[in-house]
Amino acid sequence: MTGTAASGVVAITANDGVVQARQKVRALAQECRLSLVDQTKLITAASELARNTLVYGGGGTMTATVVEEGGRRGVRVVFADQGPGIADLDLALTDGWTSGTGLGLGLSGSRRLVDDFTLDTAPGQGTTVTITKWTR
Amino acid sequence: MSERVPVLQIGQVLLVSIQTDLDDQAVMLLQDDLAARVVNTGAHGVVIDITAVEIVDSFVGRMLATIASISRLLDARTVVVGMRPAVAITLVELGLSLGGVRTALTLEKGLQVLNREISSTPPAAS
Repeated sequence: MTGTAASGVVAITANDGVVQARQKVRALAQECRLSLVDQTKLITAASELARNTLVYGGGGTMTATVVEEGGRRGVRVVFADQGPGIADLDLALTDGWTSGTGLGLGLSGSRRLVDDFTLDTAPGQGTTVTITKWTR
Repeated sequence: MSERVPVLQIGQVLLVSIQTDLDDQAVMLLQDDLAARVVNTGAHGVVIDITAVEIVDSFVGRMLATIASISRLLDARTVVVGMRPAVAITLVELGLSLGGVRTALTLEKGLQVLNREISSTPPAAS
Protein backbone atom coordinates (compact mmCIF):
# COMPACT_ATOMS: atom_id res chain seq x y z
CA MET A 1 0.00 0.00 0.00
CA THR A 2 1.14 3.51 -0.71
CA GLY A 3 0.85 6.49 1.57
CA THR A 4 -2.23 8.57 2.11
CA ALA A 5 -0.97 11.40 -0.10
CA ALA A 6 -2.33 9.51 -3.08
CA SER A 7 -5.79 8.97 -1.66
CA GLY A 8 -8.86 11.07 -1.27
CA VAL A 9 -12.36 11.01 0.13
CA VAL A 10 -15.24 12.69 -1.68
CA ALA A 11 -18.66 13.25 -0.12
CA ILE A 12 -21.42 12.35 -2.57
CA THR A 13 -24.46 14.19 -1.30
CA ALA A 14 -25.48 16.15 -4.41
CA ASN A 15 -24.93 16.21 -8.18
CA ASP A 16 -21.62 18.06 -7.87
CA GLY A 17 -20.31 15.21 -5.69
CA VAL A 18 -20.55 12.94 -8.73
CA VAL A 19 -18.48 15.45 -10.74
CA GLN A 20 -15.89 15.69 -7.94
CA ALA A 21 -15.75 11.89 -7.72
CA ARG A 22 -14.93 11.69 -11.45
CA GLN A 23 -12.23 14.36 -11.09
CA LYS A 24 -10.59 12.66 -8.11
CA VAL A 25 -10.51 9.29 -9.88
CA ARG A 26 -9.14 10.94 -13.04
CA ALA A 27 -6.27 12.51 -11.05
CA LEU A 28 -5.34 9.19 -9.44
CA ALA A 29 -5.65 7.23 -12.70
CA GLN A 30 -3.24 9.67 -14.35
CA GLU A 31 -0.86 9.55 -11.41
CA CYS A 32 -0.93 5.74 -11.59
CA ARG A 33 -0.22 5.95 -15.35
CA LEU A 34 -3.15 3.82 -16.43
CA SER A 35 -3.48 3.73 -20.22
CA LEU A 36 -5.88 6.24 -21.72
CA VAL A 37 -8.50 3.56 -22.42
CA ASP A 38 -8.18 2.16 -18.89
CA GLN A 39 -8.43 5.66 -17.40
CA THR A 40 -11.60 6.26 -19.40
CA LYS A 41 -13.09 2.92 -18.30
CA LEU A 42 -12.28 3.52 -14.63
CA ILE A 43 -13.61 7.09 -14.58
CA THR A 44 -16.78 5.97 -16.36
CA ALA A 45 -17.32 3.13 -13.87
CA ALA A 46 -16.72 5.57 -10.99
CA SER A 47 -19.27 7.97 -12.45
CA GLU A 48 -21.90 5.22 -12.65
CA LEU A 49 -21.25 4.06 -9.09
CA ALA A 50 -21.12 7.58 -7.66
CA ARG A 51 -24.53 8.27 -9.19
CA ASN A 52 -25.84 5.01 -7.69
CA THR A 53 -24.54 6.09 -4.29
CA LEU A 54 -26.41 9.38 -4.62
CA VAL A 55 -29.65 8.18 -6.23
CA TYR A 56 -30.17 4.74 -4.71
CA GLY A 57 -28.06 4.97 -1.55
CA GLY A 58 -29.32 8.40 -0.54
CA GLY A 59 -25.77 9.78 -0.58
CA GLY A 60 -22.49 8.48 0.83
CA THR A 61 -18.76 8.66 0.29
CA MET A 62 -16.17 7.69 -2.27
CA THR A 63 -12.64 6.83 -1.21
CA ALA A 64 -10.04 6.51 -3.95
CA THR A 65 -6.48 5.22 -3.42
CA VAL A 66 -3.46 4.22 -5.45
CA VAL A 67 -2.66 0.66 -4.33
CA GLU A 68 0.29 -1.67 -4.79
CA GLU A 69 -0.15 -5.41 -4.39
CA GLY A 70 2.10 -8.25 -5.46
CA GLY A 71 4.25 -6.00 -7.61
CA ARG A 72 1.39 -4.41 -9.52
CA ARG A 73 -0.06 -0.97 -9.21
CA GLY A 74 -3.61 0.21 -9.57
CA VAL A 75 -6.38 2.50 -8.44
CA ARG A 76 -8.95 1.25 -5.96
CA VAL A 77 -12.19 3.10 -5.42
CA VAL A 78 -14.69 2.37 -2.64
CA PHE A 79 -18.27 3.67 -2.68
CA ALA A 80 -20.15 3.41 0.59
CA ASP A 81 -23.67 4.39 1.54
CA GLN A 82 -26.05 3.73 4.42
CA GLY A 83 -29.05 3.37 2.14
CA PRO A 84 -31.62 0.58 1.86
CA GLY A 85 -29.11 -1.96 0.53
CA ILE A 86 -29.77 -4.47 -2.23
CA ALA A 87 -32.03 -7.48 -1.58
CA ASP A 88 -31.47 -9.44 -4.79
CA LEU A 89 -27.86 -9.13 -5.98
CA ASP A 90 -28.25 -11.29 -9.07
CA LEU A 91 -31.14 -9.16 -10.23
CA ALA A 92 -29.30 -5.91 -9.46
CA LEU A 93 -26.36 -7.10 -11.58
CA THR A 94 -28.55 -7.93 -14.57
CA ASP A 95 -28.18 -5.67 -17.62
CA GLY A 96 -31.23 -3.51 -18.03
CA TRP A 97 -32.77 -4.12 -14.63
CA THR A 98 -33.34 -1.03 -12.52
CA SER A 99 -35.24 -0.30 -9.32
CA GLY A 100 -35.48 3.33 -10.39
CA THR A 101 -35.70 5.17 -13.69
CA GLY A 102 -32.20 4.53 -15.03
CA LEU A 103 -31.05 2.29 -17.84
CA GLY A 104 -29.99 -0.52 -15.50
CA LEU A 105 -26.38 -0.43 -16.70
CA GLY A 106 -24.70 1.17 -13.68
CA LEU A 107 -23.75 -1.92 -11.68
CA SER A 108 -23.53 -4.48 -14.49
CA GLY A 109 -21.76 -2.10 -16.87
CA SER A 110 -19.25 -0.79 -14.38
CA ARG A 111 -18.38 -4.37 -13.39
CA ARG A 112 -17.35 -4.99 -17.01
CA LEU A 113 -15.19 -1.85 -17.08
CA VAL A 114 -12.90 -2.73 -14.16
CA ASP A 115 -10.60 -5.61 -13.18
CA ASP A 116 -11.88 -6.29 -9.65
CA PHE A 117 -15.43 -5.67 -8.48
CA THR A 118 -16.87 -6.55 -5.07
CA LEU A 119 -20.27 -5.69 -3.72
CA ASP A 120 -21.08 -5.84 -0.02
CA THR A 121 -24.71 -5.22 0.81
CA ALA A 122 -27.77 -6.45 2.67
CA PRO A 123 -31.27 -5.06 3.07
CA GLY A 124 -31.14 -2.21 5.60
CA GLN A 125 -27.34 -2.44 5.85
CA GLY A 126 -26.27 -0.03 3.15
CA THR A 127 -24.11 -0.84 0.16
CA THR A 128 -20.35 -0.84 -0.35
CA VAL A 129 -18.92 -1.32 -3.85
CA THR A 130 -15.15 -1.70 -4.32
CA ILE A 131 -13.55 -1.53 -7.75
CA THR A 132 -9.91 -1.76 -8.83
CA LYS A 133 -8.20 -1.13 -12.16
CA TRP A 134 -4.60 -2.38 -12.50
CA THR A 135 -1.89 -1.07 -14.78
CA ARG A 136 -0.84 -3.48 -17.53
CA MET B 1 -26.20 26.05 -9.58
CA SER B 2 -25.70 24.07 -12.75
CA GLU B 3 -24.19 25.80 -15.75
CA ARG B 4 -25.95 26.13 -19.08
CA VAL B 5 -24.28 24.91 -22.23
CA PRO B 6 -24.55 27.50 -25.04
CA VAL B 7 -26.59 26.49 -28.09
CA LEU B 8 -25.39 28.25 -31.28
CA GLN B 9 -27.34 28.59 -34.50
CA ILE B 10 -25.72 28.40 -37.93
CA GLY B 11 -28.38 28.60 -40.62
CA GLN B 12 -30.64 25.56 -40.30
CA VAL B 13 -28.36 23.86 -37.77
CA LEU B 14 -28.02 24.17 -34.00
CA LEU B 15 -24.54 23.52 -32.64
CA VAL B 16 -23.69 22.48 -29.10
CA SER B 17 -20.12 21.95 -28.01
CA ILE B 18 -19.69 20.37 -24.59
CA GLN B 19 -16.50 21.79 -23.10
CA THR B 20 -16.72 21.02 -19.39
CA ASP B 21 -17.53 18.13 -17.07
CA LEU B 22 -21.32 18.59 -16.71
CA ASP B 23 -23.29 17.51 -13.69
CA ASP B 24 -26.52 15.58 -14.25
CA GLN B 25 -28.66 18.67 -13.77
CA ALA B 26 -26.79 20.52 -16.51
CA VAL B 27 -27.21 17.52 -18.81
CA MET B 28 -30.98 17.58 -18.31
CA LEU B 29 -31.06 21.37 -18.85
CA LEU B 30 -29.26 20.93 -22.15
CA GLN B 31 -31.80 18.35 -23.28
CA ASP B 32 -34.70 20.71 -22.49
CA ASP B 33 -32.94 23.77 -23.98
CA LEU B 34 -32.25 21.95 -27.23
CA ALA B 35 -35.85 20.78 -27.64
CA ALA B 36 -37.09 24.35 -27.08
CA ARG B 37 -34.51 25.83 -29.46
CA VAL B 38 -35.35 23.34 -32.23
CA VAL B 39 -38.97 24.45 -32.08
CA ASN B 40 -38.23 28.17 -31.69
CA THR B 41 -35.74 28.31 -34.55
CA GLY B 42 -37.29 25.70 -36.83
CA ALA B 43 -33.81 24.21 -37.21
CA HIS B 44 -33.58 20.96 -39.18
CA GLY B 45 -30.28 19.78 -37.76
CA VAL B 46 -28.54 19.45 -34.39
CA VAL B 47 -24.81 18.87 -34.00
CA ILE B 48 -23.48 17.84 -30.61
CA ASP B 49 -19.70 18.16 -30.44
CA ILE B 50 -18.13 15.91 -27.79
CA THR B 51 -14.51 16.35 -28.91
CA ALA B 52 -13.57 17.68 -25.47
CA VAL B 53 -15.57 15.11 -23.52
CA GLU B 54 -13.36 12.62 -21.70
CA ILE B 55 -16.06 10.23 -20.54
CA VAL B 56 -19.61 9.43 -21.60
CA ASP B 57 -21.41 7.43 -18.93
CA SER B 58 -24.90 5.93 -19.18
CA PHE B 59 -26.53 9.20 -18.11
CA VAL B 60 -24.88 11.30 -20.81
CA GLY B 61 -25.27 8.46 -23.31
CA ARG B 62 -28.97 8.34 -22.64
CA MET B 63 -29.17 12.13 -23.05
CA LEU B 64 -27.57 11.85 -26.51
CA ALA B 65 -30.05 9.15 -27.55
CA THR B 66 -32.98 11.10 -26.10
CA ILE B 67 -31.99 14.32 -27.87
CA ALA B 68 -31.78 12.41 -31.15
CA SER B 69 -35.29 10.99 -30.60
CA ILE B 70 -36.82 14.28 -29.48
CA SER B 71 -35.27 16.18 -32.41
CA ARG B 72 -36.58 13.60 -34.87
CA LEU B 73 -40.10 14.16 -33.53
CA LEU B 74 -39.54 17.89 -33.98
CA ASP B 75 -38.38 17.52 -37.60
CA ALA B 76 -34.65 17.83 -36.98
CA ARG B 77 -31.78 15.36 -37.42
CA THR B 78 -29.03 14.94 -34.81
CA VAL B 79 -25.38 14.10 -35.37
CA VAL B 80 -22.89 13.52 -32.54
CA VAL B 81 -19.36 14.45 -33.61
CA GLY B 82 -15.85 14.06 -32.22
CA MET B 83 -16.19 10.97 -30.05
CA ARG B 84 -12.81 9.86 -28.73
CA PRO B 85 -11.75 6.24 -29.39
CA ALA B 86 -11.47 5.48 -25.66
CA VAL B 87 -15.01 6.80 -25.16
CA ALA B 88 -16.37 4.56 -27.94
CA ILE B 89 -14.62 1.49 -26.50
CA THR B 90 -15.93 2.25 -23.02
CA LEU B 91 -19.51 2.89 -24.17
CA VAL B 92 -19.73 -0.45 -25.97
CA GLU B 93 -18.30 -2.31 -22.99
CA LEU B 94 -20.68 -0.48 -20.68
CA GLY B 95 -23.51 -1.85 -22.80
CA LEU B 96 -24.59 1.33 -24.61
CA SER B 97 -24.03 1.15 -28.34
CA LEU B 98 -26.26 4.19 -29.09
CA GLY B 99 -27.75 2.48 -32.15
CA GLY B 100 -30.21 5.30 -32.85
CA VAL B 101 -27.63 8.08 -32.79
CA ARG B 102 -25.94 9.33 -35.99
CA THR B 103 -22.25 10.05 -35.54
CA ALA B 104 -19.47 11.62 -37.58
CA LEU B 105 -15.78 11.83 -36.78
CA THR B 106 -15.46 15.59 -37.19
CA LEU B 107 -17.66 18.68 -37.10
CA GLU B 108 -17.11 19.20 -40.83
CA LYS B 109 -18.26 15.67 -41.67
CA GLY B 110 -21.21 16.01 -39.33
CA LEU B 111 -22.37 19.15 -41.10
CA GLN B 112 -22.03 17.37 -44.44
CA VAL B 113 -24.21 14.51 -43.19
CA LEU B 114 -26.87 16.96 -42.00
CA ASN B 115 -26.86 19.08 -45.15
CA ARG B 116 -27.28 15.96 -47.25
CA GLU B 117 -30.18 14.73 -45.12
CA ILE B 118 -31.89 18.09 -44.84
CA SER B 119 -31.78 18.68 -48.59
CA SER B 120 -32.95 15.15 -49.46
CA THR B 121 -35.79 14.93 -46.94
CA PRO B 122 -39.17 16.02 -48.28
CA PRO B 123 -40.60 18.65 -45.93
CA ALA B 124 -43.06 17.57 -43.24
CA ALA B 125 -43.85 14.03 -44.35
CA SER B 126 -46.77 12.65 -42.37
